[in-house]
Amino acid sequence: MAKAVSPGVQALRKVVDDVYADARKAKAEGKLVGWSSSKFPCELAEAFDLNVMYPENQAAGIAANRDGEIMCQAAEDLGYDNDICGYARISLAYAAGKRASRKFDPETLEYIIDPKSGKPLKDADGKVVIDPETGKPKKDPKTMQPYTVLDDIYEIEALPETTEKERAYKNFRREAIKPYRQMRMPQPDFVLCCNNICNCMTKWYENIARMRNIPLIMIDIPYNNTVEVHDTNVAYVRAQFDAAIKQLEEITGKKFDEKKFEQACANANRTAQAWLRVCDYLQYKPAPYSGFDLFNHMADVVTARGKVAAAEAFELLEKDLAEQVKTGATTTPFPEQYRVMFEGIPCWPKLPNLFKPLKANGVNVTAVVYAPAFGFVYDDLDGMCRAYYKAPNSVCIEQGVDWREGICRANKVDGVLVHYNRSCKPWSGYMAEMQRRFTADLGVPCAGFDGDQADPRNFNEAQYETRVQGLVEAMEANKAAKEAAAK
Amino acid sequence: MSIDVLLKEFQEVSEHPYKVLSQYKAEGKKVIGVLPYYAPEELVIAAGMVPMGIWGSNKKTIALAKEYCATFYCTIAQLALEMLLDGTMDQLDGIITPTICDTLRPMSQNIRVAMGDKLPCIFLAHPQYRRPAFGMQFTVDQYTNVKKELEKIAGAEITDEALRGAIKTMNASRAARREFVKLAGQHPEAVSAVLRSAVLRSAWFMEKAEHTAKLQQLNAELAALPASNWKGKKVLTSGIICDNPKLLQIFDDNGIAIAADDVAQESRLIRVDAAETGDPMMALAQMYADQDYDVLLFDEKSSENRRADYVVKQVKESGAQGLILFMQQFCDPEEMEYPYLKKALDAAGIPHVKLGVDQQMRDFGQASTAIQAFADVL
Repeated sequence: MAKAVSPGVQALRKVVDDVYADARKAKAEGKLVGWSSSKFPCELAEAFDLNVMYPENQAAGIAANRDGEIMCQAAEDLGYDNDICGYARISLAYAAGKRASRKFDPETLEYIIDPKSGKPLKDADGKVVIDPETGKPKKDPKTMQPYTVLDDIYEIEALPETTEKERAYKNFRREAIKPYRQMRMPQPDFVLCCNNICNCMTKWYENIARMRNIPLIMIDIPYNNTVEVHDTNVAYVRAQFDAAIKQLEEITGKKFDEKKFEQACANANRTAQAWLRVCDYLQYKPAPYSGFDLFNHMADVVTARGKVAAAEAFELLEKDLAEQVKTGATTTPFPEQYRVMFEGIPCWPKLPNLFKPLKANGVNVTAVVYAPAFGFVYDDLDGMCRAYYKAPNSVCIEQGVDWREGICRANKVDGVLVHYNRSCKPWSGYMAEMQRRFTADLGVPCAGFDGDQADPRNFNEAQYETRVQGLVEAMEANKAAKEAAAK
Repeated sequence: MSIDVLLKEFQEVSEHPYKVLSQYKAEGKKVIGVLPYYAPEELVIAAGMVPMGIWGSNKKTIALAKEYCATFYCTIAQLALEMLLDGTMDQLDGIITPTICDTLRPMSQNIRVAMGDKLPCIFLAHPQYRRPAFGMQFTVDQYTNVKKELEKIAGAEITDEALRGAIKTMNASRAARREFVKLAGQHPEAVSAVLRSAVLRSAWFMEKAEHTAKLQQLNAELAALPASNWKGKKVLTSGIICDNPKLLQIFDDNGIAIAADDVAQESRLIRVDAAETGDPMMALAQMYADQDYDVLLFDEKSSENRRADYVVKQVKESGAQGLILFMQQFCDPEEMEYPYLKKALDAAGIPHVKLGVDQQMRDFGQASTAIQAFADVL
């Protein structure tokens, strides 16, 4: 039976579905569709009513749908090194027209099912049915999938369609592309890049612009070494907003609509504030949900924070959570024994594997760095510049530590699990020092593991399980020592 | 002095930067370490101090730096940190940490934390909008911060006059190096690949005026040589760095000359000069604005393939028959630009080979095979 989903979560899912559906519709109607980095000031695009899609969100979705490897490999075949960020590789392969598709027989136009796919078949009592011939569990045919193959939309479009057979084949090949929304995102007419997250973003978007021969609108946020954002830095970003507006006016042929911009800013602030309040519910003991759920809701702050629907959906979720905490209910599917901060972007292709040892040990994730990372709250334009200056990888170590220790304290964590993410050099680059500070300042143990946000080849499950085990033992010892001291 | 004697002197410096640093310190000079990329060395010189480039090391092994970074970081940055931690750089009076790539961003923090009160760390963030007025202003703002920090270390103000003088010194150094690159490409029989690198590398360690004077002598000797009758192959080198003598020996052993380069440590950073008159801070900002065709820099005309087209032009103009790309491991800006470089080279019919390198490499057997095989097809 499917897990019961609260109205807030349902609303949040719809918001993201709509973003993708609207963009597909816009593209079909011949309107401009853009791709944007997640922390580009979306308020600017909203002021022009532009349909904008988010390659980072898309790459995470593709990775979670287990197509990260085939897309990363496709990018590598185009010449992009496997050291490059997995999101960038997936996105660049996609921009080049590469798609994960379903294998089919070109003669019969029937899918070729992968016998290894699918879930075990269960009987009426929920017991796994064993195949008497092989002694292994039988597969539920409804869950079995065709083999995954790589295809190319530009190759498909170049196919002839003179005969009935050719047309049928071409159509089937189009339809064979995996049907989930991230694999059906329209190609871009322009790109919006803000490098507050990383410099890789700059090169990634330059590559897309070159590949598709489209305009690139760039907001450059140089790295900052101090907690405060100086006026000179604000002036630099303000001037870029003006330049970006001018560029958007040229691209759209529309005048900048200040009213719409103000509305988008108001929406973005409302969403950010609701997002932060939702994140704050993780402070309750036990937490009414698992921090892993926040990773899913991130899609909304990324793709729709300038839209009123996103703000409303988060406010709805907030209400659900308020009800839940009244009764002490939680959606975490296990009793919470330990609370940890999960540092970094999750390994999307391996979410179940990440979750498994946590569940087994009663470890709930009650803090994630994404909470403050998307809390762009501001009063005016200068404030907006300052807000966008503070992305996770554009702040100095003191600010980074302060954010994290703040949520660790508020959300009462017993330990920290650090993802050394092969894809993210700026993020992982000062984690060793941060770990030392967490332990020194908060007295909590930390454990690091090697992984990747999108490329499953960089995750070692055995190492991860050992590290989680080590962290649990350290938290256990800490707890015992505290209890002994209390006596 | 003969060409060989001069080359040996540069090689001595290139091989022993620690000796050079110790010598400057013994002379009572203050020395500022300069990490890649685009730090304005002019400001250091104007403050009466010696800028010394830090480009990792071909001899050290990463050990202490592991306390700060995971394995998947460029070895240039890791080894710079290693040398700050293991005492090699203890004599420095300060260090400038630019942050133009994703490794240098967190590394600036690691270095600052690791150095604590031991060494002043001067932070530098360049804008990616180099040319518009607001970008120029941001560069001036950042350089002004650097200037103030340098003044504190020097204990004296940097005057405009001193800065103009430093610009002249640096312009002369860059001009001499550019001239040398040209002459070395024309006379490979006189300047081996190993020694060519030593000359360019030593510029990062020696006082610029001293290096320029010696280099001008060398250039004069090279210019006086009869036209070369080079029978070997000629290539253009590309990448962040290729200064390992053992790697470059493979070129010399196989009769491969370096006609010119698109290497950050060699020519990429010395392509343009600063104005010697007017507001000197603005002149430095303008110089950065004039930089172009670099994997580290944003290209406002990004839908074109300008950098790769420029490299193709360099290959053609230098008379190189092909390109050897030294791909620094974990350098994502360089890696991100590779597919479009390849596209432009292929379109122009220029053969190339991509070699993965890092500064922990000790065995060059594979590189040797690849370079030999490449030379055979040229």
